[in-house]
Amino acid sequence: MEKHLIEELETKRAQVVKIFKFSNVDGPGNRMAIFFQGCNFNCKYCHNPETIPFINPEVKLMSVKDIMDMLGNLHYFLEGITVSGGEATLNYEFISELFKEIKGKYPNLTCFVDTNGSLDLSEAKFEQLMNTTDKFMLDVKAWDHTAHESLTDMANKIVIKNLDYLIDLNKIYEVRVVVLENEIFGSEETVKNVSEKIKNTDIKLKLIKYRPHGVREEMKKELRPPSVKKMERLRDISLEIGVSGVQII
Amino acid sequence: MNKALEIVTSNKMTFEQKVINLARYAESTIDVLEKSDRIKEYLENGIVCDLFEGNAPYRPRYILPDYEKFMKTGSKFLELEPATNIFEATNNLLIFYKHVPSITTMPVYLGNIDYLLEPYVKNEDEAYLAIKLFLKHIDATITDSFCHANIGPKDTKAGRIILRVMRELQLPTPNLTLKYDETTSDELAVQAISTGLITAKPSFADNRKFEKDFKGDYGIVSCYNGLKVGGGANTLVRIRLRKLSLQAKSIEHFFETVLPEVSEEVLKYIDLRSKFIVEESNFFESNFLCTEGFLAKEKFTGLFGIVGLAECVNNLLKAEKQEDKFGYSAIANELGIRVVSAIEAYIKGHKTPYAGEFFDNTHLFHSQVGIETDEEESPGCRIPVGQEPEIFDHIIQSAPFHKYFPSGVGDIFVFDETYKRNPEAILNIIKGAFKTDLRFFSYYCTDCDVVRITGYLVKRSEMEKLDRGQIVLRDTEALGKGSRDNGKALDRRVRN
Repeated sequence: MEKHLIEELETKRAQVVKIFKFSNVDGPGNRMAIFFQGCNFNCKYCHNPETIPFINPEVKLMSVKDIMDMLGNLHYFLEGITVSGGEATLNYEFISELFKEIKGKYPNLTCFVDTNGSLDLSEAKFEQLMNTTDKFMLDVKAWDHTAHESLTDMANKIVIKNLDYLIDLNKIYEVRVVVLENEIFGSEETVKNVSEKIKNTDIKLKLIKYRPHGVREEMKKELRPPSVKKMERLRDISLEIGVSGVQII
Repeated sequence: MNKALEIVTSNKMTFEQKVINLARYAESTIDVLEKSDRIKEYLENGIVCDLFEGNAPYRPRYILPDYEKFMKTGSKFLELEPATNIFEATNNLLIFYKHVPSITTMPVYLGNIDYLLEPYVKNEDEAYLAIKLFLKHIDATITDSFCHANIGPKDTKAGRIILRVMRELQLPTPNLTLKYDETTSDELAVQAISTGLITAKPSFADNRKFEKDFKGDYGIVSCYNGLKVGGGANTLVRIRLRKLSLQAKSIEHFFETVLPEVSEEVLKYIDLRSKFIVEESNFFESNFLCTEGFLAKEKFTGLFGIVGLAECVNNLLKAEKQEDKFGYSAIANELGIRVVSAIEAYIKGHKTPYAGEFFDNTHLFHSQVGIETDEEESPGCRIPVGQEPEIFDHIIQSAPFHKYFPSGVGDIFVFDETYKRNPEAILNIIKGAFKTDLRFFSYYCTDCDVVRITGYLVKRSEMEKLDRGQIVLRDTEALGKGSRDNGKALDRRVRN
């Protein structure tokens, strides 16, 4: 089965967990949102952990053409398209191809990538992805590298590098921070540092309340949802630093 | 108890509601329309319904005075001169509205109020105060939310003030529609949507489609009815299609016998009612709206309504499973189109002196939103509440029906509060819907107090007062409560 799947992937199909024809929470306006299988992070608070494994025989394999076919009448209703995951950029060749097709056929649609920022987007192999993507939505899980490793099993050096790189290119729509009550994961430090980076720009900051829904049982134990007070405090800190749009979700 | 005495002594009606009900009762004691035996039978068994319009219609059902003309000329009968400032302008309109009858006795159309007031907006603070008083006055005195105002398509200062005031007041009356086209700024459209997510209005009408159908000026009135400005509709008679379908032995029998027979009777009955208004009631001869040229007889028509298309189709196909039903199966949807195009052909083929020359002497087709006593008859061509598919599929399914109904059709979509953070997403949806042939789009938000029942607006909190046996200001609140309880009108699928 797995061998068959890998062959399919080599013929330019991607594992698509689900597609929302209409989404109002994955960037500006009404967007088609595509969620890919596979993630190189293992976030403790991941609310759809079934999308983490790189191979999942349960999910649908789709070609660029399959997705373009769906856009037939649908494109009239959309501001754009957002790819997410799992970690979308692991499918960068597929996405580059998809975005190229979309830009050719529906130039009014904007193409967004929701990413954990783990792959160095300044590398040459991402050139087409960078050229076809209008904006990125970047998750910064934690500023402190120990906290980041503890939360995701991975380092955050590249994430921060991508943050700078994408800010310079004016390619960020929003930065997202999941906020926990446990300060050991450094939510406040993360919000402060991200805010310093994106202040006085039009980049939005989305503060996401950690919710236990969908989270793996064994992980839930050590995570605590933030208080309203904490969310508001972090929002105020960020606004004071000079971030133009802060949203609590 | 004697009916009149029952009305007089009721503890559930306001004084105004008693007076109106006594008038209705008086009208019901005379019998002047020479109905055929066949239509009497249809009316009795409920296949045809004239919406309790009364036995002796003495004013058209829907009236759309030419308010632009009024603003220019004033009125001799009302001894009103044209306004010179915003307070005179709103005051003149408020006076005029009290003299515009309709089936509810109150006006169902208030004009394109942004365009009417824009010339008088000199100082925005002053205009804000005048418009706030104006809208509050309308809600408290026109106590029936079939009353409808229009704005747009172009962005105006008055239009923005109207939206702002509506967000603040959160009142059901007047209903509001934004005439939307490519000249409407995205900014105004997004403001309109944000307003709608707070207070369930405005709806969006595709201005280009309505302008084409009505050769220029038109108004959206009552629930969502497109009609000609300076005219209106004399009457509305409707068929309950589910009930009708039960009389058919087969699909062929339905199309060959059942449907043509009832359609012919309905058209004759619309003529009969219109004839009385036009030839006997003296409305067009004596009412100042006509003698001063705010209305013209030739711009009036009659409305042929339908409800229960979904249930009719499901019955004819004996569809049990969701995938075989109207809204899902291509066969069922096509049968729905076959039903409406057959009725449209009967309507267009029926030339009558009782529909105005403007309409080429034909009546108009109307997808009626239903009334609180309908049983298992979904509004017009809508998919039954609770069975709605995903919003994209829903719009694609319903779009082909819209071209048949210049005088009113539309769905209501309920959005969750996440849309308040991204109203632009709803604008994208509306733009797409109009590109795929929809002509009208309504919506509200799950957490609104003001909600859209079938087309008109009601406050949930007022329906709750009725639940507790208290008297309420607006007659539509009782209708809303009926539709909420009998028609599941507030159980629509939430889009999130």
